[in-house]
Amino acid sequence: MRKIDSYDKDFLISILREMNFIRRFEEKAGQMYGLKKIGGFCHLYNGQEAVAIGAVKALDMKTDYILTGYRDHGHALAVGMDPNAIMAELYGKSTGVSRGKGGSMHMFDVEKHMLGGNGIVGGQIPVAGGVALMQAYKGTGGATLVFFGDGAIHQGSFHETLNLAKIWNLPVVFICENNQYGMGTSYDRVSSVTDYSIMGNSYGIPSWQVDGMDVIAVYEELGKAVKQAKEQALPAFIEIQTYRYKGHSMSDPAKYRSKEDLEAYKQKDPILGLKARMLDAGLITDEQFKEWDKEDKKRVQDAIEFADKSPEPPLSDMYEDILA
Amino acid sequence: MAIIAMREALRQALDEEMTRDENVLLMGEEVAQYNGAYKVSKGLWEKYGDKRVIDTPITELGFTGVAVGAASVGLRPVVEWMTFQFGLLAIDQIINNAAKLRHMSGGQLKVPMVVRGPNGPAEFLSSQHSQSFASYFMHIPGIKVVAPSTPYDAKGLLKTAIRDDNPVIFLEAEMYYGWTGEVPEEEYTIPFGKAAIRREGEHVTLVSFSKPMKMLEEAAEELAKEGISAEVIDIRSIRPLDEETIFGSVRKTNHVVVVDEAWPQASVGSHISGLISAKCFDDLDAPVEFVSSEDVPMPYNHTLELEVQPTVAKIVAAAKKTLYREG
Repeated sequence: MRKIDSYDKDFLISILREMNFIRRFEEKAGQMYGLKKIGGFCHLYNGQEAVAIGAVKALDMKTDYILTGYRDHGHALAVGMDPNAIMAELYGKSTGVSRGKGGSMHMFDVEKHMLGGNGIVGGQIPVAGGVALMQAYKGTGGATLVFFGDGAIHQGSFHETLNLAKIWNLPVVFICENNQYGMGTSYDRVSSVTDYSIMGNSYGIPSWQVDGMDVIAVYEELGKAVKQAKEQALPAFIEIQTYRYKGHSMSDPAKYRSKEDLEAYKQKDPILGLKARMLDAGLITDEQFKEWDKEDKKRVQDAIEFADKSPEPPLSDMYEDILA
Repeated sequence: MAIIAMREALRQALDEEMTRDENVLLMGEEVAQYNGAYKVSKGLWEKYGDKRVIDTPITELGFTGVAVGAASVGLRPVVEWMTFQFGLLAIDQIINNAAKLRHMSGGQLKVPMVVRGPNGPAEFLSSQHSQSFASYFMHIPGIKVVAPSTPYDAKGLLKTAIRDDNPVIFLEAEMYYGWTGEVPEEEYTIPFGKAAIRREGEHVTLVSFSKPMKMLEEAAEELAKEGISAEVIDIRSIRPLDEETIFGSVRKTNHVVVVDEAWPQASVGSHISGLISAKCFDDLDAPVEFVSSEDVPMPYNHTLELEVQPTVAKIVAAAKKTLYREG
């Protein structure tokens, strides 16, 4: 665990609270799925909160962009997208971020530079390369972060884009959120190497592993990668080792792994870990945290009420948003 | 008016649009230093440099996806697939991203990109390099699909494609880059969704697009010798499709032959044939005739290769059949 003593208290509180909010949001999303208010595939982010929050904190979202895969609620919340509109999207309502056309896997907020939310494993990786190409072409000074899971690591899209990013000097940071299971398959059963960070070497791209249960580690290491991308036009590839507490999606009971493994990871919980360090340092009290948690639960409840009350889209909506 | 080749007309469109809008860039295999596998981009790299004319590795999925991303944030990339045969490797990026980002984002994103390159049968290339994939793209909501058959149309349609705010699939043909025709030097564009009546006629309507158009015009000449007046329609724009011009001609002639160099099943030609059969049933004096490729992979042998495809003789025979003038 990285030290926190060099950090501003308010900054640490914001990280802690934003991670906690994602956790509370996802717990409620899971419940609403159980009540059939949310359908389809619903990939929850519980356990991985430090990745999205640590990474986004290292960015300037005025010039930087992020793209991700289908497990995207956490990234959407991390960039500050409206939780009401995210919940409404999960409900398929017209007030949702994508007017009810995208659902769980397709959270977009162009103004906030969140470009999805992609349902095809690895499909977003070349697209992110293109966003970085625009940044290089126009000299915007920003970088693009693209998140994908360990399942995407063997896709051609990953390898092709790493190569393109290096030969074209694109300011892109590739982030593998290795939560150890591509759906129900343990990553070490389907990977010729288990230290993914060596894969970047094939393309001359600096690559390294980061502890994804430690939000400060993610923040610090992403900061280095983003700086390198912006200042040297040098891409980076980071394997962030994390763990998902739930199944692949809500339809997956996750019987392929042991309770002991899950419990071991919960001992390293990113939210409780940061909270403990902040308590130790006397930066917060338990009472404060409980109060914040109560506020977070209330905000999630508000999102549920917003989604519940939102109207179904009119049928004529099906013909819209197809061509510009 | 200058008479120039198809490849020159396409190059003029690219050149004019790159000069007009600095967000337009060209990327693909061999487009820059090699001047393009079919020389469409000849001279553009010298003129615009590495930044705007970009050679890629042989990774269609990767660079097509990069173009999708670049388009989604304000550039207007033109992707050259060396042939649409290789484009199959990138079809995920076309179907799942280019055509869907606008929809999945609830209208927040637009993807103004063009994918162009040769499509359809060529010569002596066997079954992996000689296939028409127009129907693969016609099938997808969220993109536009056009296929010029003359240098004039090639320039005007490509300029329209580059200015369009949607992904546009621009189908060329490997065999026709040397075809020549009149192309004005001045600025012009051709709107999508408007078919061209290449020849007015009264007795039978011949409908197709892209390279087979030359066969249709030759067939019309042959038919004229026998006193049969054929109307020749070039649909030009496959999606959106100008149904009204096709139906209007069928209402006039009451007989129709649809020609498509692709395989018959679930093709552009079968779609148009079906539409005419359904929408012009009362106007038809005979069933719709459909001349397609034989339903086989393309053989290397030239005699077989030519016979697999539509021919002038097959089109003439189909026209006569629909007019009950066989033999």
